[in-house]
Amino acid sequence: MSNTLKPDHDTSVVPHDVEMGSEAQEGRAGSVASSPSGLSRFVRSSLQQVFVFAALIAVYVFFLVVAPNFGSPNVLTDILLQSSTIGVLALGATFVIATGGIDLSVGTGMTLCAVMAGIFLGADYMNLPMGLGLLLTLLVGAFIGLINGFNIAILGLPPFIATLAMMMIARGLALIISKAQSIKIANPDYIALSNGRILPFVSNAALIFVLLTIVAAVMLSKTILGRYSLAIGSNEEATRLSGINVKFWLILVYVTAGIFMAMGAVLYSARFGFVQPAEGLGFELQVIAAVVIGGTSLAGGRANIIGTLVGALLMNTLNTGLQMMGLAQQWQLVVVGVVVLIAVFADNVRRSRAAAV
Amino acid sequence: MRLLRSAIAVSSLLALGLTACSTSTPTTTPMDSASPMDSASPMDSASPMDSASPMESTSGEPMGEVTKGDGTKTIYLVSKGFQHRFWQAVKEGAQQAGTEFNYKVEFVGPDNEQQVTQQLDMLKTALNSKPAAIGFAALDSGAASPVLDQIKAANIPIIAFDSGVDSDIPLTTVQTDNRAAAAEAAKHMAELVGDKGTVGLVCHDQTSQTGIQRCEGFQEWMKENAPDVKVLDPQYAGEVGLAANTAKAMIQANPDMVGIYGTNEAAAIGALQGVTESGKKLTLVGFDSGKAQLDAIGSGVEAGAITQSPVKMGYETVKAAIMAVDGQELPKIIDSGFAWYDKTNMEDPDIKSNLYE
Repeated sequence: MSNTLKPDHDTSVVPHDVEMGSEAQEGRAGSVASSPSGLSRFVRSSLQQVFVFAALIAVYVFFLVVAPNFGSPNVLTDILLQSSTIGVLALGATFVIATGGIDLSVGTGMTLCAVMAGIFLGADYMNLPMGLGLLLTLLVGAFIGLINGFNIAILGLPPFIATLAMMMIARGLALIISKAQSIKIANPDYIALSNGRILPFVSNAALIFVLLTIVAAVMLSKTILGRYSLAIGSNEEATRLSGINVKFWLILVYVTAGIFMAMGAVLYSARFGFVQPAEGLGFELQVIAAVVIGGTSLAGGRANIIGTLVGALLMNTLNTGLQMMGLAQQWQLVVVGVVVLIAVFADNVRRSRAAAV
Repeated sequence: MRLLRSAIAVSSLLALGLTACSTSTPTTTPMDSASPMDSASPMDSASPMDSASPMESTSGEPMGEVTKGDGTKTIYLVSKGFQHRFWQAVKEGAQQAGTEFNYKVEFVGPDNEQQVTQQLDMLKTALNSKPAAIGFAALDSGAASPVLDQIKAANIPIIAFDSGVDSDIPLTTVQTDNRAAAAEAAKHMAELVGDKGTVGLVCHDQTSQTGIQRCEGFQEWMKENAPDVKVLDPQYAGEVGLAANTAKAMIQANPDMVGIYGTNEAAAIGALQGVTESGKKLTLVGFDSGKAQLDAIGSGVEAGAITQSPVKMGYETVKAAIMAVDGQELPKIIDSGFAWYDKTNMEDPDIKSNLYE
C-alpha cells in the first residue's frame, strides 16, 4: 500500500474552510473546524491563486509584445480549444493526485475511449444514436477507472505500476480494436460538441472545459468525494482509522478520473472527427505537468482545480506563443521544461513553508 | 515513494517532447512516410532511362520564373518531425530557397509521427501567424481537413510535401517519385550483375504507397529492359531481423541468386545481414541511408543505394509556395528527385547532404 507512506509533516496541517475553487487542503478527515491561522492561510492560498493567474497573464502579455499576430482573437480561441482535451483529462487527474496517487493511463486510456466512441458512433461501425454512444463511451472510461481503482485499492498495487500497466493495455487495445487505422466519426452533432459555438468566439470544447472545471471545483471542495480524496492524500492511515472506507473512496476517485478521461476523449475525437489510435502516449505527462503547474501537490493532500485549468492554458499558451515567436523547436522544449521545474520548485517551497507554520 | 513522485514530476518534462524516444508503433518511418491514404497515384513512372541524371527526372517541374520577395513575407512549413535527420535536411533545403528568393522560412514539426494533434495545433498556429503560404506534410490527411478548409478560407495557398493530402486544397504535392526511383535501382542492379541471373526482392511492406511503388517500379523496369534477369517473387519484411531471415531463406532456396534489392533502410540492412550470414557473395542494392548502410556501401559490401532528396524536397516546396503566392500555375505533382549513390560518389556534396546516419 503505497498510500500509507505519507510525509509526516502533512499530518500537522491544520484544516480550514475553503472557498470554492480556492486551494483545497485537508488535515484530519472530516473535520472542518476553523482555526486561528485559518484567515492567514486563506489569504495565502488566495495569493497563490493570484500568482498562478498572474503568471499566465504575464506570459500572454509577453507574447503579445514579442510574437507577431499573437493578438489576433483567433489565437485566444485556439488556445482555449487546444487546451480543452488535456485540461479535462487533468481535472480528473487532479483528484487522483490529491489522494497521493498518479494516473499514467490517462493518455492512452483517453485514446481507447476515443476509439470506442468511434466504434459506437462511426458510420462504418455501430452507428448508434449519439446519446447512447456518449453514455457507452463514459462507461468505458468509468470501467478503465474501476480496474485501476480495484488494482490499487483492493490488490494494493502502487498507483504508478497499476496505471503504467493500464497505459500499455489501453494502448494495445486501442490499436487492436481499431486495427491501427484511424476511425472517422462524421456525425455533425458530435463534431459540434467541440467545434460548434454556442457563444461567440469560444468553441464548445472550451466552454465544456470551463463548465467541467466548475463542476470539478465544487466536487473537490464541497462533496464528500473531494474532501475524502484530500484526506486520503494527507494521511491515509488516519483517514482509515477515523472510520472512512478508504478502499471504496479510492476506487470512486479512479472511476471519477475515468469519467473525466472519457469526456476528454469525446472532446478530442469530436474536434477532429477522426480518432488516431496511435496517439495519446505522452499525453499523461502533459496532464501531470498541467496539474503540477496548477499547484496541486504530487505528495497528495492538496489540490487546486482552478490551478489545473490555468496550468493547461499556460502550457498551450507557451507552445503557441513560442512557435509564433519563431523560436527554434529545440529551445521551445527547453523553455517549457524550465517552466515545469519552476512550478514544481515553487510547490516545494510552499509546502515547506506550510509545514513550518 | 516521495522520491518516486519527485521523479514523476521531473519526468513530466518528457511530456514536452522527449516522448519520441519511447514510441514503437506500426506506422511508417520518416523515410517512407507516404501514407497509404494517398489515394491519388499520379506517378506516371517517367522512364529514368531517358534522363541522364535521375535528379532531373520529374513528373512535372514548375514552369516560369520565381519572383524574388521583399524579405517580409513568410513561408511556413509544417513537417512530420524536426528531430530526425531527414526533416533537418528538408529544413536546410527550405532555408536555401528562402535565402535565394528573399522570403522568411519557418519550419516546425511534431515530436514524433504519432502526434497528429500536435501537428494540427502547429498547422493552426501557422495559419494564425498569417504567412504568405503554408507547406504541409500531413500525418493524417483526413484529420487535417477542417484546418485545411480554414486555410483555404483565409486565402493562404497551401503546398503538400513528402506525401499527398487527401484533399484538393493543396495546389501541388512535392514528393519522391518512388516508382522511378525503384526503376533506377533496377537499372543499376542490371548493370552490376551483367544483365543476367536471378535477383531477389525484399520489400518493406505491401500496403503503403512507398512499399508498393518501390517494389513494382523495380519489377517493371527489369521486365521491360532486362529480360535475362529473373526476378523472384517479392518477399515482404519491414524489420531488420525479419528481412535478414527472409533474405537468407531466399538465398538458400535459390543457389543461383546473384543480386538482392531492399526497398528501405530496414529491408536493405536486413538483406545485407542475410547475405553476410549466408556466406555468399551477392550484389546488394538498397534504398535510403542510415549508418549501417553507409558503412556497407563505403566498404563495398553493398553495391549502392537510392537516396531520396530531402534537401531538394524542402527547396522545391518553398519554391512552389512562392510561385503560388505570385499566382502562378503549378503542376499537380512536383518530383523532389532521387539519386543513385555508391562508394564512388557518396562523398559528393550534392549526395552527402541527402544522406543521414
